Amino acid sequence: MKEKTLKNFKKYYQLYLLLVPSAILLFCFAYLPMVGIVIAFQNYSPALGILHSPFVGMKNFIQYFKSYQFGVTIKNTLLLSLYSIAVGFPLPILLALMCNQMKTKMFKKVFQVITYLPHFISTMVMCGLVLIFLSPSSGLFANLWRLFGQEFPNVMSSAASFKHVYVWSDIWQHLGWDSIIYLAALAGIDPTYYEAATVDGASTLQKIRYIDIPMIMPTAMVLLIMRAGSILGIGFEKVFLLQNVQNIMSSEIISTYVYKMGMQSMQYSLSTAIGLFNTVVNVIVLLLVNFMARKLTESSLF
Amino acid sequence: MENILKFETSRMEIKKRSKFSGDNMVNVIFHLIALLMIIAVIYPLWFVIIASFSNPADVANGKVWLWPKVIDVRGYQKLFEQSQIWKSYWNTIIYTLTGTLVSLFVNITAGYAMSRKDLPGRKWINTFYLIPMFVSGGLIPTYLVVKQFGLLDSFFVMVIPFAVSTYNIIVARTFFQNSLPESLWEAAQIDGCSTMRYFVQFAVPLSKAVIAVVGLWTAVGLWNSWFNALIYLQNEDLIPLQLLLRRILISNESLLGAATGTMAQELRQLSDMMKYASIVVSTLPIMALYPFLQKYFNQGVMIGAVKG
Repeated sequence: MKEKTLKNFKKYYQLYLLLVPSAILLFCFAYLPMVGIVIAFQNYSPALGILHSPFVGMKNFIQYFKSYQFGVTIKNTLLLSLYSIAVGFPLPILLALMCNQMKTKMFKKVFQVITYLPHFISTMVMCGLVLIFLSPSSGLFANLWRLFGQEFPNVMSSAASFKHVYVWSDIWQHLGWDSIIYLAALAGIDPTYYEAATVDGASTLQKIRYIDIPMIMPTAMVLLIMRAGSILGIGFEKVFLLQNVQNIMSSEIISTYVYKMGMQSMQYSLSTAIGLFNTVVNVIVLLLVNFMARKLTESSLF
Repeated sequence: MENILKFETSRMEIKKRSKFSGDNMVNVIFHLIALLMIIAVIYPLWFVIIASFSNPADVANGKVWLWPKVIDVRGYQKLFEQSQIWKSYWNTIIYTLTGTLVSLFVNITAGYAMSRKDLPGRKWINTFYLIPMFVSGGLIPTYLVVKQFGLLDSFFVMVIPFAVSTYNIIVARTFFQNSLPESLWEAAQIDGCSTMRYFVQFAVPLSKAVIAVVGLWTAVGLWNSWFNALIYLQNEDLIPLQLLLRRILISNESLLGAATGTMAQELRQLSDMMKYASIVVSTLPIMALYPFLQKYFNQGVMIGAVKG
């Protein structure tokens, strides 16, 4: 037995050696922080450290639930997330369906190359572009409006329009790219289906309706589950950068609040508690949506 | 009889023609929508370029639409006069290059090891790598660990701690599994080749495609990233380009200093020019490479999608 283990080790130690670098990094910077979650249940003070800070149970969570910010952050996070899904889920599918039926190959290629392009712009530059273009005094939109004798409203300082800015600038940047996966699914469709449909006299729209859409349904379902699973995990970066004092009422989301509590107010325990709450809700939602999708459509993640 | 037949054929022809003209309509509409979308994507990008070469007053007053009225390169001049821009540009280049190499090293090695079906304990190892995809310690615990390791405000925090990407490992693993025949490893083994040697001499050279894809993804991600720098870096000399852009574009900070009166107006216009110029300068490397890289990026999405 011992000999076999030894022999096994001799045979495989080089394979384990290949795993060592990534395993060490994961252990140190993914697993050790998980242990640090205990500070959510403490009144953590850097001077005392994790081991000696007093244990306070659920106090930090209760403080968050009772705070005014609780309702605001949850509402904003959910609203932005649902709006993003409502627009950002169907549009790439429509684009892919359209692109797949385009007859001019050259034009189609150019179209794809160009619509993928904005995806590679950094979030920072993207937000910079949004701010520059939407500037009420000198922005591109203001000048366009002026051509028609209209005054362009100051959208960045309005809480009501924050969600539109957020969602539609995202569409501009990622629509083309997000359609790639559907195009790949459409490219996998057996061409004889289309030939048979043509013989039967089906029009382009009928082919889309009766061949394309059913064929990409499973892919669409999986992507929808994944998006729904991160419903409270909406990206920090863009919201954080587009946020300002005037639109804060609709732009303060859970992750920006975690950042502010933690890195700016130095309330380490409270910040960790809010973050943990967010993670737990995410996992629950993912499991729920996955369960529902399995019941309803037979396609699921796991 | 003949008449009826003729009638039937002509009716079918009409039907056929009308169907085809309907299809043509759809085709025309699709192309029109596509054309509008191309303009909607290209024009803002083009506008940034021409605005960066224009007189700021012309831009602000809406006199620039398709081409600069007068070529004015003061934005670039002022931008390049700032020592910070050179420093942060250099930092970003170094972070991107080193970070990509480190990340390729840790992810490709792990990907290969996990592609071997004979790896003892494979299931447990898989779980160990998958858990961090769904659960994380969160901002503050991670910050505290990085601090404990003494990595705050260091070059290393930008390239080492977060180099592991489970997603990239899976992509690499899938590639190794699907495109390296098991018989190759068996034959090499019979000839007395060790795992290490096989990895270095066969597996890596045969996987240039996947290494290119993962490397490009990582590089673009690193070039564009700023969150870790925001959290872990305080030192001015270490900040990457994207964080400097935050000051120029988002915080609206003037790098040119303060002024009053007519000077203030001039300064504000110059800062506007610098905004456009900094966008062009920071995005240029990626945009210039994009046409050549695009096909690799697409491949990457496909490889990732296969994993399902």
